[in-house]
Amino acid sequence: MSNEISKFQDPGLPAHQHRKSDTDPKAEKRAEQQVAILFLISAGGTVLSIASYIFIKPGKFVFLPIMGDVDAHQLFLGLGMAIALLFIGFGAVQWARRLMPDEEVVAERHEFRSEEVDRKDFVNTVKERAGVAGLGRRTLIKRSLGLALGLSALTPLVLLRDLGPLPKKQLNKNSWEAGTRLVTDPGDRPLRPEDLEVGSVAQVLPALKNGEERTLENIGTDAVLLIRLRPEDFQLNPERLSWTHDGIIAFSKICSHMGCAVALYEQQTKHLLCPCHQSTFDVTRAAKVIFGPAARPLPQLAITLDEQGYLVAKQGFTEPIGPSFWERSS
Amino acid sequence: MKKSEKIAGNVANYVDERTGAAKWLKKNLTKVFPDHWSFMLGEVALYSFIILLLTGTFLTFWFDPSMREVVYNGGYQPLSNVKMSAAYASSLHISFDVRGGLLMRQIHHWAALIFMAAMIAHLMRVFFTGAFRKPREANWLIGVGLVTLGIVEGFLGYSLPDDLLSGTGLRIAEAILQAIPVAGSYLAFFAFGGAFPGHVFIPRIYTVHILLLPGIFLALITVHLMLVWYQKHTQYPGPGRTEKNVVGYPLMPVYMAKAGGFFFIVFGVTAFLGAVASINPIWLYGPYTPGQISAGSQPDFYMGWLDGLVRMSPPLETHAFGHTISWNILIPGLIVPGILFTGMALYPFIESWMTGDKREHHLLDRPRNNPNRTALGAMSIAFMLVILINGGNDLIATHFYLTINQIMWFTRIGVFVVPPIVFIITKRLCLALQRKDREIVLHGRETGRLVMLPHGEFIEVHEELSAEKKYTLTQHEQPRALEVPDTDGRGVRNPQGIKGKLRARMSQAHVEQVSAPSESEAKALESGHH
Amino acid sequence: MKFGIAKLSSYRRHRFAAPALLLVALLGVGSTFSVASALTASKAETQSAMSTQVSEGKQIFERGCSSCHGLNAEGSKIAPALIGVGAASVDFQVGTGRMPMADMSQQAMRKPPVYNAEQSAALAAYVASLAPGPASVNEAAITWQRDGNTAQGGELFRTNCAMCHNFAGQGGALSQGKYAPTLMGVEAKYIYEAMITGPQSMPIFNDKTISPAEKLSIIKWLKAAQSEPSLGGASLGRTGPVTEGLLAWVLGLGILIGIAVWLASKAR
Repeated sequence: MSNEISKFQDPGLPAHQHRKSDTDPKAEKRAEQQVAILFLISAGGTVLSIASYIFIKPGKFVFLPIMGDVDAHQLFLGLGMAIALLFIGFGAVQWARRLMPDEEVVAERHEFRSEEVDRKDFVNTVKERAGVAGLGRRTLIKRSLGLALGLSALTPLVLLRDLGPLPKKQLNKNSWEAGTRLVTDPGDRPLRPEDLEVGSVAQVLPALKNGEERTLENIGTDAVLLIRLRPEDFQLNPERLSWTHDGIIAFSKICSHMGCAVALYEQQTKHLLCPCHQSTFDVTRAAKVIFGPAARPLPQLAITLDEQGYLVAKQGFTEPIGPSFWERSS
Repeated sequence: MKKSEKIAGNVANYVDERTGAAKWLKKNLTKVFPDHWSFMLGEVALYSFIILLLTGTFLTFWFDPSMREVVYNGGYQPLSNVKMSAAYASSLHISFDVRGGLLMRQIHHWAALIFMAAMIAHLMRVFFTGAFRKPREANWLIGVGLVTLGIVEGFLGYSLPDDLLSGTGLRIAEAILQAIPVAGSYLAFFAFGGAFPGHVFIPRIYTVHILLLPGIFLALITVHLMLVWYQKHTQYPGPGRTEKNVVGYPLMPVYMAKAGGFFFIVFGVTAFLGAVASINPIWLYGPYTPGQISAGSQPDFYMGWLDGLVRMSPPLETHAFGHTISWNILIPGLIVPGILFTGMALYPFIESWMTGDKREHHLLDRPRNNPNRTALGAMSIAFMLVILINGGNDLIATHFYLTINQIMWFTRIGVFVVPPIVFIITKRLCLALQRKDREIVLHGRETGRLVMLPHGEFIEVHEELSAEKKYTLTQHEQPRALEVPDTDGRGVRNPQGIKGKLRARMSQAHVEQVSAPSESEAKALESGHH
Repeated sequence: MKFGIAKLSSYRRHRFAAPALLLVALLGVGSTFSVASALTASKAETQSAMSTQVSEGKQIFERGCSSCHGLNAEGSKIAPALIGVGAASVDFQVGTGRMPMADMSQQAMRKPPVYNAEQSAALAAYVASLAPGPASVNEAAITWQRDGNTAQGGELFRTNCAMCHNFAGQGGALSQGKYAPTLMGVEAKYIYEAMITGPQSMPIFNDKTISPAEKLSIIKWLKAAQSEPSLGGASLGRTGPVTEGLLAWVLGLGILIGIAVWLASKAR
């Protein structure tokens, strides 16, 4: 216990040490000039900035090491601004450091807790005022007020209802249906099987019907990746195999995890990789997930040929496209 | 009296007669602020917020927050005649057809990154020095709120230009909304006004980004600063500094000049970055369409950890009774961040419960003198860094000749293994530093000077520390573990049971310290020497 | 007729039948060959030059490639068959130095070519002689400076290429250590050949899915991106927000903390 008592004693604030500029008038003068020079450099920065705004045309490039060709207009405008601002700051700080009093000041703190008397008085006041209002007694009023306040918060919530339509079955929908032609994205050209050799891919969308326009919402559910492998590479069940055509297989390009476009096709390993979260899908096994956070394979689109020999959807997708949602059944 | 003085006097008189401000100002113009570089981190955040308001206002003069489709015909040739949203087109317009527009866009974005970085650094400073303790818990909560809102604000901000990268981010945000059980698809449809991407989302987040959130920021920052002002700033321990005083420089003129000057310096540094370093080159990303994507699609750093967490999540999904729950989205996207931020917000209360310490604290802890807290902080940072690394695993893979699969597995395991190791090492390090302190207080500082004694023995001269230094190194408290008895005085089992035991254990761990040397010990040693 | 066939078939087992047939066959081939060569007398020289090129190529192949790709380019466990890959593929792989591979790493890297243009052409001719495939491309034929549309190329690039090669053609990571290389500084003809042959992990982009004109547009856009000056200052590698975040912490907050230390220090 005796050890506790004899802690090292607080020697108190160290004595103030004078700066050169406090004692030497020459040093003080120098410091003053130094601050003034800093402010003048700032003024020069502003001039540079305005001059480059007026006189340097955007699109004029200067070569700088490391940075390469840089737009002189933007560079000097910004550098001028940076100089103007920085040196106001440097000047002000230097002024404070060199010339303003640097003796540390002590201010007392006071406990935040109020005096016992005041606390008691406060409690009494609250009690007394509440008594005047009858807050303690009038439970009917209190409860009905609580109800009213609680309910009134509902109106704004209800008003938010028209933010958007109800989802209904919208998340299950996309534009693919039996007979829809697969056309290139971009270019909208229909494709025949012989247009794709083994090892090739094509980004495709459903062909537009007359008068239809393609929206981003459509692309968000309709984008499909067409891949051709050797038919013997597939390890599919008979049903899924029947969804392919002569080694050509089609998957939704919208990731089953979070909806990014999965289109990194590695031709040798026949894997598809999503650049957002690196889920990896095995094309030969109906886009089975072999790595990463995705829990479901990419939906496969059944394809076949129409009378003219173009690739078409045999049927629409049999499951919703894109990330999972509560109402999704599988 | 000079003319200027007379005018100033008149103005002051006018104001004071109507507000009585003189009394308040008289007192507060000499308000004392302690000076330390680490106290400037919060100021960096505050000033970058002001810079964000200024540059952001400039950007609104041209930005058109509309998803209406337009055909681009502006100054950037490689996108001529490309169909895009008006939001993207106007962002290109600001970048290439408004003089100084690109500079302002870049300053805005750099200031946003520095805003977030400074807030996080400030939060770490407050944590490691124990500045969040009573009476400053409320300000800690506001701070955690500001960081959280900052993440949202930043995300909305870089989503506005509607380029390919930001659209990808929105797609992921929509997927997280959609994954919420029961209400998910409703929330997503309400937010986006229908199916993704829709036509309303950018105008909506524009309002939130430039009006709602900045308003909340202003209000929270005001309260935050008022509390700092009212409660007075904390200070580092040292000679003459006690729990009852605050030592520093008066507001007028020193602190005003330094703080005011620092605002210009922060603005200057962001302007410098905006001038020399390209940020978010939206013209290269191209307009958003859901069918396109770029390799290495990452969010800004303050969201990067979240992305890393999502990447490392196992592929878990439950399908039952015709419904789907995506654990692979919910756990990393909502549950873990929720736990992290709740834990962070509640930490001051947890610590005070653990230690039973209900006193006011105005003197900061040196991080080493609270090994448990410091280790906990280091552990949290380690956790964040591990998942942040996974958020950039594709870039790390290509730059350091690794594979994304290796990094993914390293971080999947590391996220469980690394933080505890960091905890143990940090705690040991703190205790070692304490021992070092003890050593130099008792035996002085090694000078490296060798002296040969008359009888031929060599000794190294140890220089005794100054009284100030000795005090600084030994002033900290040596708390005892909280005693939570199993039974009360009459032998009845403590009703708190497990909770009490847990509390006792936590308290025990929290007080682990090397005992600070006392003057009597030093005296005893000295007499031993002679 | 029936009789004739029966009669003819009865001679099949005659002991002179096999040599006679052989004689007839040889004569037939010889005469058609001589007729053909007589008809295309002007082509004969090039043909023989071609065949020497092919045999030259075969020699190089046997020395430098067959240990992995098999003596007849039939492929092995460690290397794919080259029958039918065409001259374009050889031109790309050998011309960019990817083949022969230096080691058995995940992916062949671009490096200084081992074979000169002549040897490379001989190899290409040999591989092309095995089975038809895409012919190699002449740099002069890739007229992206004259044809092609930059903006359209950008759109095609973002749809078909950016997912692996990054939004600005800087390259990116694939799974298991594979990667899409940077496209900056790659000769137009090699970009073109890569699209039509699908080297290594890269899939093939057929002329029907991306037409030759569209391929030129892609190259045009890539060249525009490559020569685009740093519009907003240092480009930071054009890899997205990761480097930006790093710079904000290290340079941005770093400088500011440095200044804060100076600001809070006591002047002497």
